[in-house]
Amino acid sequence: MTRDALRREVLEALAEIAPEADPASLRGGVPLRDQLDLDSMDFLNLLIAVHQRTEVEIPEADYGKLASLDQIVAYLEARQPGGRD
Amino acid sequence: MPSLGADMDRGKILEWRKQVGDSIARGEIVVLVDTDKAEIEVESFSAGVLEAILVPVGETVPVGTPIARIRSAEAGARPAPKPVTPPPPAPPAPQPAIARPPAVTPRELPPAPAVASAAARPHATPLARRVAAELGVNLASVAGTGADGAITREDVERAAAPRAAAPPPAVAPAARDRAAAMRSAIATAMERANREIPHYYVESRVDLANAIAWLAATNAARPIADRVLPAALFVKAVALAAREVPELNGFWRDGGFVPASEVHVGLIVSLRQGGLLAPALRDVCEKSVTQLMADLRDVVARARAGKLRSSEVSGATISLTNLGDQGAQRVFGVIMPPQVALVGFGRVTEQPVAAGGLIGVRSVVDVTLAGDHRASDGHRAGRFLAALARRLAEPESL
Repeated sequence: MTRDALRREVLEALAEIAPEADPASLRGGVPLRDQLDLDSMDFLNLLIAVHQRTEVEIPEADYGKLASLDQIVAYLEARQPGGRD
Repeated sequence: MPSLGADMDRGKILEWRKQVGDSIARGEIVVLVDTDKAEIEVESFSAGVLEAILVPVGETVPVGTPIARIRSAEAGARPAPKPVTPPPPAPPAPQPAIARPPAVTPRELPPAPAVASAAARPHATPLARRVAAELGVNLASVAGTGADGAITREDVERAAAPRAAAPPPAVAPAARDRAAAMRSAIATAMERANREIPHYYVESRVDLANAIAWLAATNAARPIADRVLPAALFVKAVALAAREVPELNGFWRDGGFVPASEVHVGLIVSLRQGGLLAPALRDVCEKSVTQLMADLRDVVARARAGKLRSSEVSGATISLTNLGDQGAQRVFGVIMPPQVALVGFGRVTEQPVAAGGLIGVRSVVDVTLAGDHRASDGHRAGRFLAALARRLAEPESL
């Protein structure tokens, strides 16, 4: 998947968890939990949805690297075939 | 109209999922009710046949009003089954002005067969039955024009047309803003709780180092969908501690404490649009942490989607609130009557802890217990928190 496609997948997964979120107003570099009312259950559900959509494995130890939209997209992009991990 | 939470004093019928003459299994969903806070699927407490719908779609009635009559399966073919005994009336709390039906007027549909059966029921499409129930049309008096003489929706609407021309019997109240209605329901319940319950609070800092390490090791070996959050450990530990200290697990009713035989943990779930719901996880002591995590994900998702069932919004024997995700250090909660205790979890943090003459950094959480002083005292609460800490120190045993 391309970076844009991965971003779309993450935003669609986010829409399942937080339907009130406006993708246009999300700041990519700011932690999602600072912008949206996400709790730990929401965050886990988001990562599960992202995993199901992209098939990228996300170890719990990496959760800390996935705070913002940009971080999640970069993480996924690096784990695409041919990506840099 | 069942009570679907301490903060519910009335309910509005949104949809009958069963129609007169339908067989109903115990636990099967019969009706969808709007409680101001949420739409709740109400399950039947008994098996039998739906004999009469007493409150049509769109009407709001107080808790305790009979809304349907179910002939129990045991009643068999007795020609005149006794109506279900109505539930006790709502407590004499101040009731808001509600358009109560002038009388419980059964909208009997087919004139009571001895035993309802498919053969005895008018031949009608499911949609026609639903529309008939909504419009209060007796299907037995409608001529069907559909296939094999089946009564169709159009037949029902034609039969209802003369009624529609008449002035409506009552004007439905304007739809109220959901958030405002929920706030009002919460306000009523919390006013009652603070008015009636003499709260006391006990607090303890609980070491989570073992629990966090156990979770990390457990989750590392699991696919993401099967991983466990600390919340699942908290739920299980609360339930086991409540079983050890039964004075905190039960209800205050009729001037006395009634202990519960099982532990059903009510979860205070905040909703994205504001407000909260308190669904219960049942028989928590009997479930594994993995099962509880799956139940947690399911019930929280359904609470936020407005898809809870009646058995889930009533029956909690002790409640748990967790504001750690919001950064709160500790929570001093309000007990949900008729329960007698609420456990509050704050944020999990790393703190310097002295043990064995050494100072180390460990994960900890501040836990508070709000108790009803009519039912218990601080001594019991202290025992409860000690049991909770002991359980969380041995996560593999949860």
